[in-house]
Amino acid sequence: MSVVGKRVQRPESITRVKGGGLFADDSKYHGMLHAAVIRSPVARGIIQCINTESIIKKKGIEGVFTCKDIPGKNVIPVVIDDQPLLAERYVNYVGEPIAVVVAKDRETARTVAKNAKLKIKELPAILDILEARNHPDIHIFGDDNIFKHLKIRRGNPSSAFKKCDIILENIYRTPYQEHAYIEPHSVTAIPYPDGTIEVRGCMQCPFYVREAVTKSLNLPESKVRVIQSATGGAFGGKEDVPSLIACQAALPAMKLGKPVKLTYDRTEDMIAMSKRHPSWTYYKSGVTRDGILRAVEVEYIIDGGAYSTLSAVVLFRGTVHAVGPYRCPNVKVDSYAVATNKVPCGAFRGFGSPQVLFAAESQMDELANRLDMDPVEIRRRNLLRVGDETITGQKLKNSVGLEKSLDKVIQVSGWTPGGCKQDGVGYGFSTIFYGVGLGAGGKHMARTGARVIVHADGSVSFSVGTTELGQGMITVLSQIVADEIGVPLECVDMIPTDTSRVPDSGPTVASRATTMSGNALKDACTKIRNTLRSEASEMLGCSLDEIDFDNGLVSNKGDSIPLIEVIKSCSFKRLSLSAEGWHTSPPTTFDDKTGTGDVYVTYAWATNLAKVKVDRETGEINILKIWSAHDVGKAINPTLAEGQIEGGVLQGLGYAVMEDMKSDSRGAIINPEFSTYIIPTAQDQPEIVPLIVEEPYPDGPFGAKGFGEQPLMGIAPAVANAVFDAVRVRIRELPVTPEKVWQGLRNK
Amino acid sequence: MKLDFVLNNKRVSINVKGGLRLIDLLREQLDLVGTKEGCGKGECGACTVLLDGKPVCSCLILASQVRNREVTTIEGLSIEGEMHPAQEAFTETGAVQCGFCSPGLLLSTVALLNENPEPSREQIRRALSGNLCRCTGYEKIFEAVELASRRINGLSVQNDKV
Ligand code: FES
Ligand code: FES
Repeated sequence: MSVVGKRVQRPESITRVKGGGLFADDSKYHGMLHAAVIRSPVARGIIQCINTESIIKKKGIEGVFTCKDIPGKNVIPVVIDDQPLLAERYVNYVGEPIAVVVAKDRETARTVAKNAKLKIKELPAILDILEARNHPDIHIFGDDNIFKHLKIRRGNPSSAFKKCDIILENIYRTPYQEHAYIEPHSVTAIPYPDGTIEVRGCMQCPFYVREAVTKSLNLPESKVRVIQSATGGAFGGKEDVPSLIACQAALPAMKLGKPVKLTYDRTEDMIAMSKRHPSWTYYKSGVTRDGILRAVEVEYIIDGGAYSTLSAVVLFRGTVHAVGPYRCPNVKVDSYAVATNKVPCGAFRGFGSPQVLFAAESQMDELANRLDMDPVEIRRRNLLRVGDETITGQKLKNSVGLEKSLDKVIQVSGWTPGGCKQDGVGYGFSTIFYGVGLGAGGKHMARTGARVIVHADGSVSFSVGTTELGQGMITVLSQIVADEIGVPLECVDMIPTDTSRVPDSGPTVASRATTMSGNALKDACTKIRNTLRSEASEMLGCSLDEIDFDNGLVSNKGDSIPLIEVIKSCSFKRLSLSAEGWHTSPPTTFDDKTGTGDVYVTYAWATNLAKVKVDRETGEINILKIWSAHDVGKAINPTLAEGQIEGGVLQGLGYAVMEDMKSDSRGAIINPEFSTYIIPTAQDQPEIVPLIVEEPYPDGPFGAKGFGEQPLMGIAPAVANAVFDAVRVRIRELPVTPEKVWQGLRNK
Repeated sequence: MKLDFVLNNKRVSINVKGGLRLIDLLREQLDLVGTKEGCGKGECGACTVLLDGKPVCSCLILASQVRNREVTTIEGLSIEGEMHPAQEAFTETGAVQCGFCSPGLLLSTVALLNENPEPSREQIRRALSGNLCRCTGYEKIFEAVELASRRINGLSVQNDKV
């Protein structure tokens, strides 16, 4: 019986409910030491002195390491190599790592790191996103503080605006969002006598970590082995930064010849780890009276922090999603990732698109309002369908379930235009899309490997280069392998992701694990199945193409034998039932200079509807219900797909109405803990209705396409639109708080 | 100093340093790593254990405070390999994504069900509000608590989605 498409249980959840899921901080190694990081207390400065001698003399301290101890390159490789592993002469943000101390126990390492005396001369810093570009005196990156400038030019916006009946121009702002994975970062580096360094930790991208460790320690790739531990949530927050942490542990481990564990304290994690980029967006859009979108002009700026890390690619995704899922013949987008003296921002579910979609979808609603058209009608008149072109000129050939998602939300919610509602109650829509996979932003990494072994007893193990972060990848891939080989799901096990088992498979980001590893596994399984097929044809005495695999049986017309007999026979004859699979994405044609071409292999689509109630006296916002429909191509496991929607929607609600990380006038984050950075609790969760639409993607495994990021992306604008619908107050700066709504009500 | 207490139904007698947190006693000295540390400040609930049946943050209390009392950790929830109905329900409804929050949430759930075998949604929300989960959106956790409650009360159970 096939398991793809079924609500099977997650195999690893059984160990985890027993407390047995081994997370990075749960393991100990013989002779293990603990590390802690000495960090910059200032946003910008010159390091004058680090007194390592006095630190090393402290009781229990085994070593202290600065940039001078790094045998290889002092760099964390991401896109541009500008970020050092440990600061050399300058520090550029509060929390920047300067040195690593190692002690016998964690407490000592942390206390000594915290109290380490540093002499740093403080310098003026750039803390405001709008001051960064071409700052006259302060140069954090290049001579203009611009990590990346991207543009899209389509049609002729200035002449098209002249023909519009309504034009709106607004500024939108969004703050940091902290990932707030519940497991803080942790890694252990273990040196072996032959010079190999093994790194075990929570992470999304073991191959990034391997590259960073080999470069900084000057080791060949064959001597660095990276193994992912059970990872307690990531959401992008464990994409690039584990490279930094792994090197902070691997350097002392190599120097001291002992295992070194480094686990971040929650506050340290919130201060020094990546976040969603704060943004500033100027948005101008114009429609004719019939509600057709004629022209859009956008200037989009994201605050990259002190080092470039992933900002260029985050910006890329934001840029190509800037208009939302609509046809628009005249578009001008200029986007910038700028440098400031703040913590480097990075990947976070949505990757640069939630910020700009907040602007795009709020703006769509405002246009509808000015036209006196309902918010669904304006979307229907503009949304992308098969055969349409995106703003980069990519023609959509198939798998466009946007309108279906809209219909589904309307059908299930019973929403009607102008439907009567209580005072203070409002409804808000957002329709969005998400380019699946790395696309043109990361085309050199768009490949992945897999290995499948069918053992003589009929059990199957497989390895992939992508990682389980909580999203359910192990289950989904096991379902695919079970069906492809024709064995029951219980017989299939995934080996923890390990760089020594499969070739470099790129990162686990961009909602790519199901499609990429799924396809690579299918490739491996097909090879094994061919061996099984030819063995079975001999055993059954029939030709190859007459054989069926089903339900643990191999059959030819009425004749059948158990699959396990075929496996045993292969094993007896010493035929290999092990294979490597490989998958590369079809090429994309996007051209950076003109901003045109095919950007992603396919897109996922979604519609959200938020129902809120706003208290006119206090501005308090009560989220009553969210409907969220997603075109996922094919839900390999509907329970897991719903889990992605429910979790993503709530994270999106946090972004919409509560989460607000702030820094003070000297660039230090003022709320780096769960008591001050508030994320949704069980009491904040409204009713969420997850809806699945399946518009198959022909090149995906069983028609599936990735979508794990999308549930977060359109919630903020849906809520802002609902608040407007409720009390006619428009909030253009996230989060939509009671104070802002109250102020808006008073100013009316 | 010497510390005597009951841990997961077994008597324990152990030497501990003054000022040692309960979570460190469990994780570092007794190798019970099912109890997780998410913040160390009583803000996330990942470290929840039961002290005389009541949920507490093991990062906030000292080992010495459990003297002559009863502590239950996630490792003590399954009896002779049989999972607690709440553990079963968590795996069945899909309440576990990354699972880092699960041990703490399960102990809060067990404390709730012991006190109130048929909690309403509102009561469940309140009882679990000290346990942060960033992955699931809580819905499948609530469903799990309700499923476990029905099982404990011997009500016929249909998980219509399975
Ligand atoms: S670790 Fe104890 S409450 Fe977070
Ligand atoms: S399942 Fe990941 S934090 Fe709850």
